[in-house]
Amino acid sequence: MVTGWWGPVLALLFWPGLVGGAALSWLLTWSVRKLTARLQGRIGPPFYQPFFDFIKLLGKETVVPRGVSRPLLYALPMVSVIAAICALGLIPVPGNPMPAFGGDLILLLYLLEVPALCEVLAGYGSRSLYGQVGSAREAILWLGYNLPFLAAVVSLAIQAKSMTLAVLAAAPFGPVHFAAAAAFLLALPARLKRNPFSIPNAEQEIVAGPFTEYSGAPLAFFELTHGLELVALASLFSVLFLPSAGHLGLRWALYLVGSGGLVAFITLVATATARLTLRHAFRLYWSWGAGAAILALAMAGM
Amino acid sequence: MPRLLDRLLAASRRKSPWVYCLNAGSCNGCDIETAACLGPRYDPEQVGTLRQGTPKHADILLVTGPLTLRTQDALRDIWAQIPRPKAVVAVGSCPASGNVFAGSPTVVGALAQVLPVDVYVPGCPPRPQAILQGCIQAARLLAEGKTHDQESNREDGW
Repeated sequence: MVTGWWGPVLALLFWPGLVGGAALSWLLTWSVRKLTARLQGRIGPPFYQPFFDFIKLLGKETVVPRGVSRPLLYALPMVSVIAAICALGLIPVPGNPMPAFGGDLILLLYLLEVPALCEVLAGYGSRSLYGQVGSAREAILWLGYNLPFLAAVVSLAIQAKSMTLAVLAAAPFGPVHFAAAAAFLLALPARLKRNPFSIPNAEQEIVAGPFTEYSGAPLAFFELTHGLELVALASLFSVLFLPSAGHLGLRWALYLVGSGGLVAFITLVATATARLTLRHAFRLYWSWGAGAAILALAMAGM
Repeated sequence: MPRLLDRLLAASRRKSPWVYCLNAGSCNGCDIETAACLGPRYDPEQVGTLRQGTPKHADILLVTGPLTLRTQDALRDIWAQIPRPKAVVAVGSCPASGNVFAGSPTVVGALAQVLPVDVYVPGCPPRPQAILQGCIQAARLLAEGKTHDQESNREDGW
């Protein structure tokens, strides 16, 4: 166990932060693309593809549209990457040297919202019509998917009577876990903007949504943020809903199988469904999502 | 260390060519073949090629059709929006010579009058394999720094 101020530094820079998180995010992004390709009867990209995409984008020119402030164009992707890395560093995955502290769950929930906020601002700030439509859609969808997502996490916190992630991870299993997992899984495709909720980045309708005007390094960092969000949410799922067994090897196996299984589930849903309209998606979250949220909270309160 | 980084960047340019397709007045024959090339049958994602909806994300501009009076300004505009380093692939006989449309009062002529074409894919229309081959060749040129755009902008660091 690492002690002192080294713990947080190692957690943010190596595992599960910058280096380890980026590597795992490229691996998971590749598995999404490969599985999608296989399900569509294609061969799919080689495993190093997301890494080379990232490096190539870093080495490209950044075109700044007229009337867009250059600092804003660079700051938004940097802020969202840093927020995603800090969020990852807080999650008690196996081997995380970050010490647990009271209320880290609240900090994590705030940090997980920063990339979506940056995305909305990026779309509005890029002076592109497609970007503005994408941002408006993202902001509206945000109000939908966060209802079941927050209810899932809060109901677990109520049941464990703690706002510390490590306590939540070690809490004994109960029926509330199943209701919370259902709400969590319902919110996940929209959080990751995959089908049937790929509404803010609908490529056939609004080009690339909020990122239409982004190129070069800022685009690379937004792509990295997406990968890191995938890792963070898959890790959060494994930590909250899978048993934390004592042996370290077993914990690693459970963590990797849990994250991989979750990514496979999201990809299956994404390839098997068509895109909903914003109206239908919003209604779904405020009917079924609200139902799952109320169920999870009621079971936690009992 | 800088040598290693340069080689990594060259490898990533070779392995990740994203394309933007543009119809400059084509009869739609080459567009059908391009769509087939980008579809599941030939699966260009195997070599890292993805179709992008915005020129800001692209590395390679795929142009089909003869250059017409109406499209030449749009073509120049879109070419200027693609971030460097970038390449042009001319798909089919029309961008090479004007093909059967040469001499028409509404056709400007060959694409090379407006854009620095790097790779010509011959055929009327070319086969999807040939279009994919053209993309791979353009990606190789990008990696080696030998596209016309890179060579004419060498002093700017591209």
